[in-house]
Amino acid sequence: MTQLILEQALNGLQFGLMLFLLAAGLTLVFGIMDCINLAHGSLYMIGAYLVAAAAQAADSFWIGLATGVAATALLGLVLELTLFRQLYKRDHLSQVLATFALILISNEAVRLIWGAQPVMLNPPAALSGPLEVGGFFYPAYRLVIIACGLAVAGLLYLLVAKSRIGMWVRAGAANREMTEALGINVQGLFTLVFVFGAALCALAGGLLGPLLAVQVGMGESVLILAFVVIIIGGIGSIRGALVGSLIVGTVDTLGRALLPTLLRATLPADAASTLGPALASILIYLLMAGILFFKPQGLFPARA
Amino acid sequence: MAFYHSARHREALSIGLIGVMIALPALLTACGQEFYIGFASRILIFALAASSLNLVLGFGGMFSLGHAAFFGIGAYAAAICLRSGITDALLVLPLAMAVAGLFALLVGALSLRTRGVYFIMITLAFGQMAYYLVVSARAWGGDDGLALVGRMTFAGFGLHGEAAFFHAVLACLGLSMLFLGRLAEARFGRVIQAIRENETRMEALGFPVFHYRLSCFVIGGALAGLAGALLANLTGLASPSLLQWTQSGTLLVMVIIGGVGYLYGGLLGALVLLCLEEVLAGFTVHWHIGLGLLLLTIVLYAPKGVAALFAKTHD
Amino acid sequence: MSLRLTALAAALMLAALAHAADKIKVGLVSTLSGPGAGLGVDIRDGFTLAMKRLDGKLGDLPAEVIIADDQQSPDVAKQIVDKFLKKDKVDLMTGIVFSNLMLAVGPSIFENRTFYISANAGPSQYAGEQCNPYFFNVAWQNDNLHEAVGKYVQDKGFKNVVIVTPNYPGGKDAVSGFKRYYKGKVAEEVYTKLGQLDYAAELAQIRSLKPDALFFFLPGGMGINFVKQFVAAGLSRDTQLFAPGFSADEDVIKAVGAPMMGMFNSSHWAHDMENVENKRFVADFEKEYARLPSLYASQGYDAALMMDAAVRDVKGKLADKAALQKALEAKRFKSVRGDFKFNTNHYPVQNYYLRAIGKDAQGRVTNKTMGTIFTNHADAYVSQCKMK
Repeated sequence: MTQLILEQALNGLQFGLMLFLLAAGLTLVFGIMDCINLAHGSLYMIGAYLVAAAAQAADSFWIGLATGVAATALLGLVLELTLFRQLYKRDHLSQVLATFALILISNEAVRLIWGAQPVMLNPPAALSGPLEVGGFFYPAYRLVIIACGLAVAGLLYLLVAKSRIGMWVRAGAANREMTEALGINVQGLFTLVFVFGAALCALAGGLLGPLLAVQVGMGESVLILAFVVIIIGGIGSIRGALVGSLIVGTVDTLGRALLPTLLRATLPADAASTLGPALASILIYLLMAGILFFKPQGLFPARA
Repeated sequence: MAFYHSARHREALSIGLIGVMIALPALLTACGQEFYIGFASRILIFALAASSLNLVLGFGGMFSLGHAAFFGIGAYAAAICLRSGITDALLVLPLAMAVAGLFALLVGALSLRTRGVYFIMITLAFGQMAYYLVVSARAWGGDDGLALVGRMTFAGFGLHGEAAFFHAVLACLGLSMLFLGRLAEARFGRVIQAIRENETRMEALGFPVFHYRLSCFVIGGALAGLAGALLANLTGLASPSLLQWTQSGTLLVMVIIGGVGYLYGGLLGALVLLCLEEVLAGFTVHWHIGLGLLLLTIVLYAPKGVAALFAKTHD
Repeated sequence: MSLRLTALAAALMLAALAHAADKIKVGLVSTLSGPGAGLGVDIRDGFTLAMKRLDGKLGDLPAEVIIADDQQSPDVAKQIVDKFLKKDKVDLMTGIVFSNLMLAVGPSIFENRTFYISANAGPSQYAGEQCNPYFFNVAWQNDNLHEAVGKYVQDKGFKNVVIVTPNYPGGKDAVSGFKRYYKGKVAEEVYTKLGQLDYAAELAQIRSLKPDALFFFLPGGMGINFVKQFVAAGLSRDTQLFAPGFSADEDVIKAVGAPMMGMFNSSHWAHDMENVENKRFVADFEKEYARLPSLYASQGYDAALMMDAAVRDVKGKLADKAALQKALEAKRFKSVRGDFKFNTNHYPVQNYYLRAIGKDAQGRVTNKTMGTIFTNHADAYVSQCKMK
């Protein structure tokens, strides 16, 4: 029983932390720049493909990860300078349309370059098995993912809460006009945040690649989850993104693990097996609706 | 602003167009192109769906990214009706509209408490919720979708022939467009447009802003449900992919290509996009790249056509 | 003059109906993109290989094969089939991988009186009450491979089994097929989301149940991820993995590699089967595509051979539906799986074999045939079929 609870908790944590990598960049872009970026998931997908390609070329997962993340950050820079910079001042409709177009383009481009079938990315051989501590088993690679996620979360906390740049970022999220009036180079700040967000996307894509599959369309499903996270957490808040990610990760994992069993104890077997998976798959949306009902601005609204 | 105004000016044109449309199946049959009758029905159905989104987006100023959910729910409602022996269109279609409208009421009541980016993302998330619900509901076929047993009937007549069905769709679209045109001219239409232009002022004047917006949202949802029910009858399948958010994106693209807030915007957009798809897809499987680049060009270099409306509401 | 020409033309057209067509069109719709693409690509490649062997002809008629991707989506499949039937006016159809898509498009195909030769999808509906003269399955009925695994797990005396399948009709078929022959305790039936890629929550649950065997049916990318994560979680030490051949064929092995070793699965065909047809097929396939064929490829190959034999049988008179049906039922071709025959519901009666994954003589990880589980096995639904 301890094994089960501990293992599920770690699973929830792992899922939540990876969501956080995606949500962190997204929430800042939304919060500071007031810009809807549907193509955030595409950066995640492209990042995963670049990591896979680099890992194959270098025959090393870690070199591949570093190269892929750097390349995606560079792509983010190019996108920001050529496209997004023009979108910030535009209305939401243009932003949605332009980034939806980006999704179409990047999905097809990936299909053209890497084909329609999923690309394989394998974890380093040393991490392909389980780690055993006193009879407790957990996949070694997932532990590494958790460690990476925690490290990034810690780093982000230090950056945002303690550094000068972080202060500007928070100021930008809370009141953009005032920040500009104080003479801070918001343009440069935007570029920095966007590139950082792109790098985090690629990191998540590269780390999850070996666990999941590197395939066209992988960005869209995860994008919606990242949206749910930042709606729950409050747009523009890193703290909100972290809390939201962990809530979503845990609720989703526990829902899948416990709901079928719970329902079976209370309902007839047939109804339980019909209702269980359905309920588990919409649990986080129900949670979101519940939170919105009481706190329409999310748990940690960046703007008072 | 001159949105929804053009209705009267185009009356003469519309009548001529309707004549051509009524004769279309016969013309296509004469040319030996029966396949395209179904294709034409598809265009009309998407025109209706896009017009319903245009009502919510262009007219009501509510940027919903979950509109496909109402579309898909209409399709499922029709499939379930037909399965349980309800086949008369005069029952099936209103029921589908009612179910879709009811869901729109739920989503709207929760989402309309928020504004801006929040509203966009929340409608998106609720749309995905409906999608996942349908996908995992085994009683409704789960991921397979729900196949229809035959097509609905109209006053005892079967709509099995593609031509007959096309005419039924044409009638639905015509009536809906008439209704939308009238709605824009009526008091409700004027109030909702005024709310779009200046919400605070309307609130100060004592208008129940929330209720007006919610009503508009629900009407849009119900019309999308009607389109969904028709599509299910056309293809013989209520598929979960109709509810997916990318479908909302496609409807949005149609509205924008056609013209946000113009009565015939959705209609034009559906026509252009579906024809473009038919032609381009014949050339290359990678036609999405072309479409994406086209959209980017529209956004970057023809911003007035795209965003005239929203630029106003945001300032 | 013109009158005479018209009369001549009319006479020619009538003659064409009664006589042989001068070419034949085949519509192949399959899953060629997304996580299920590996299966569809193999069917397509198997079919194309056979067409190459037949010099691009079916029964001496020049053949045009139109290939389309259904994206594993029922409504895309419907649109393609609609186009095949009404616009391209194909004579024969094949290719669909997934049963849910087959069930979605079946009615329009049958209504159009077009013969469909299934190279994979074998839904129970079309084997039983909804069996149709225009539907032939050259592969198996969905339950068959699961039944074979159930029988083997039962015979080997496993007592505590967990079943994992996606939450969709094909998954339910798998469970009922497996349980038709396995009578021991089922500790848990785990239903996952179709297309799910992360199985961490399910694996933790499975660990807590301590099963001695695990039967899973997760086609395509789902199976690849499941096996990888199962091994990574260290579950392979105490639990023996079983799967139908779908989840343990070359497409999955290529992706997972060594962790697959020691896994048992069932199939009606294996690349190491000793018959002339099969040896030629496997050698040609490796030469053409530089990889080992999977069971899907063998099914695509057989589908083409079956079409060829039947078209030759009716001497190209494709309009004579009754004769074509008889010719298809007669099965006058040599299958790569050895001999089999069609049951009254147009599904095969054939042998099912046990395969185990290990290293072959060249050091490749691949399937090896271990023995026969069922001989001349029919499906469980044939008695419900009243073929018209």
